[in-house]
Amino acid sequence: MATGFDFGLPSSVFRQFLKSMKTDIVLAGVGGQGILSIASILGEAALHDNLYLKQAETHGMSQRGGAVVSHVRISEKPVASDLIPSGTAEIILSVEPMEALRYLPFLKEDGYIVTNSTPFKNIPNYPEEEAILAELKKQPRCIVIDADTIAKDIGNKRASNMVMLGAATPFIQITPEKIEAGIARVFGKKGEAVVNLNLEAFRAGRAFALANK
Amino acid sequence: MQKNLFLGVEAIGQGAIDGGISGVYAYPGTPSTEITEFIQESELAEKLDIRSKWSANEKTAYEAALGMSYAGLRTMVCMKHVGLNVAADAFVNSAITGINGGMVLTVADDPSMHSSQNEQDSRFYAKFAMIPVLEPCNQQEAYDMVREGFGLSEEMGVPVMVRITTRLAHSRAGVERSEVLASNELQLPSDPSQFVLLPAIARRRYKGLLEKQKDFEKAAKKSKYNSITKSSDRSFGIIACGIANNYLQENYPNGDCPYTVMKLAQYPIPEKMLAKMEKHCEEILILEEGNTVVEEAVKGFFKKDIKVSGRLSGALPRDGELNADLVAKALGKEVKEGAAIPEVIANRPPALCQGCGHQDMYKSMNEALEIYTKGRVFSDIGCYTLGALPPYKSIYSCVDMGASITMAKGASDAGLIPAVAVIGDSTFTHSGITGLLDAVNDKANIVVVISDNESVSMTGGQESSAVGKIESICEGVGVDPKHIRLLIPLKKYHEQMLETFKEELEYEGVSVIVFRRDCIQAAAKKIRKERNIKDNPKKQYT
Repeated sequence: MATGFDFGLPSSVFRQFLKSMKTDIVLAGVGGQGILSIASILGEAALHDNLYLKQAETHGMSQRGGAVVSHVRISEKPVASDLIPSGTAEIILSVEPMEALRYLPFLKEDGYIVTNSTPFKNIPNYPEEEAILAELKKQPRCIVIDADTIAKDIGNKRASNMVMLGAATPFIQITPEKIEAGIARVFGKKGEAVVNLNLEAFRAGRAFALANK
Repeated sequence: MQKNLFLGVEAIGQGAIDGGISGVYAYPGTPSTEITEFIQESELAEKLDIRSKWSANEKTAYEAALGMSYAGLRTMVCMKHVGLNVAADAFVNSAITGINGGMVLTVADDPSMHSSQNEQDSRFYAKFAMIPVLEPCNQQEAYDMVREGFGLSEEMGVPVMVRITTRLAHSRAGVERSEVLASNELQLPSDPSQFVLLPAIARRRYKGLLEKQKDFEKAAKKSKYNSITKSSDRSFGIIACGIANNYLQENYPNGDCPYTVMKLAQYPIPEKMLAKMEKHCEEILILEEGNTVVEEAVKGFFKKDIKVSGRLSGALPRDGELNADLVAKALGKEVKEGAAIPEVIANRPPALCQGCGHQDMYKSMNEALEIYTKGRVFSDIGCYTLGALPPYKSIYSCVDMGASITMAKGASDAGLIPAVAVIGDSTFTHSGITGLLDAVNDKANIVVVISDNESVSMTGGQESSAVGKIESICEGVGVDPKHIRLLIPLKKYHEQMLETFKEELEYEGVSVIVFRRDCIQAAAKKIRKERNIKDNPKKQYT
């Protein structure tokens, strides 16, 4: 059974996001958790929606279990900087709870955090889970989702990144259909079974966010 | 026209294919690796028969590219910034030989040292060798500049450098392609002495290179990538180089920058453009990613008393990558501050993967060295460099490709015995072999650990030149076969590893211990691929 908690978001804020000219998203996670897949799916979808985008990511050494981040910038106008300036991101979308907090300096005052609640503990000094959740609760606009359980429920724990992408869709100006087409393109090389599994996870995440907003 | 979603490195790979290359030469190195990988995986490149196999190191790559150019074909050679140190001999002299077929050198610099040991600026190298540089500010320019770079190279008669940085390399954007240019036919240089740098010929050719400088500058002046956008405000002007243009634009999202801006993306810096800036501005801010190439040049050029600011003046930090916030501060603009990072957050540095063979190697090595004082292990560049961090804390150096063996040798010459080198398979064939030869010839007392995972893992698992050759190379170089030991780094062989270490530490001479086990990432990838083939028998996987 999926568990989660929300922090009381009025539906008007979702609409406000959909209307905006630009969406700057900080994608956060740990090397190997699949944030680069999220990034390329959003990129594909934006491009096919005739939007401008830039999407900067971390390659190389940090991918070995280190903190990784990707800046996705989607706009109706050409995007200049590959990196999001501080204090201006609309969303932090994180597949790991501590990593969500690492990029707070990028989030704008009324920006949203959408994060997975399952910690990825590959360091000896990982903080108390309660302390992390308490920090997240302090944030005025934050959705915490147990994406790993949702992914496990549908039969693939590895697809928790797609659950998170689904959960973030209410905040992104691209339609879910176009993102689904992006999923099909990005995973297409790996075969139909992989595509379907990821689509299912994506839909489960979206359903969860819509049910809990 | 349909845009392609390309990383900067992919745009460069596509630009080279569309620019009519017959071959790409490279050694993997972040952030340049995916350029060559893109070409290796491109169906069009396969159809056009573009050669793209990895080279043993950047020097062999550069020389092979020069050979292809000698034969009249277009070619690109790619490397990370420190790779150009390895290829520097060939690089600097290739400016004097000049080219026959168009040749582009793409170098990816790494300011902020995301995956490197320094942040050297390759534009200095281009100035040193006196060749033109193209410095794209976005993915589209990266594509266009590379595609057109071969023509520029042929027109100027020298290799052309395309200089990018990590941010552009690893950022995606939509890119429009242009038509694919035809490749060249095999044709030898018209002057058979062109590539013979005997002093008498080299002196003549060097004079030629000096004379060409004004052509390079003229080309930069009329380049569509360089421009001056004048403003009526004469108090302040900006010279923005390459990607720094984006950070400037980010601060004026509606294109309403009130100052005169010189966009510089093709070098050498055109003096006529600088003269215009001198006439038009009382103060000039230099925005450049990397070192202070332009700021230094500009300071020396202006005759008028113009205040020049930039990284040297302190308007911008001397080190690290630029961003829109830093540029905003230099422009005196307000910067939005986000919330602080909560104190509870712990750092998450990269680490060796769970189940990685380097871990088992380090465990046995630490135990074998317990009886000696610390500080005896010299290492190299690869995943195993992470052995410097806890919980292993095994190694005491990481300087440049191949330095583990030679530094261990020097330390043992000095009397530090035992001295141990830890090097990976690909790094060994990149630059370790000659050092091992020195050690053998000098009868050095060292233990060389070759931690062999049969791939170039740190950069994403590229094919290693060393596969199947390590023992025979060591033997060929002259290591006593009795002291070339082969082990499998698995927990169950711990005692055997420990014993072997102890024996070789006691041996007075050159020992090589090869720890061989598949990279865990490569092994996992193989399993996933097999599973996919099983699930989707009709699809073809490459």
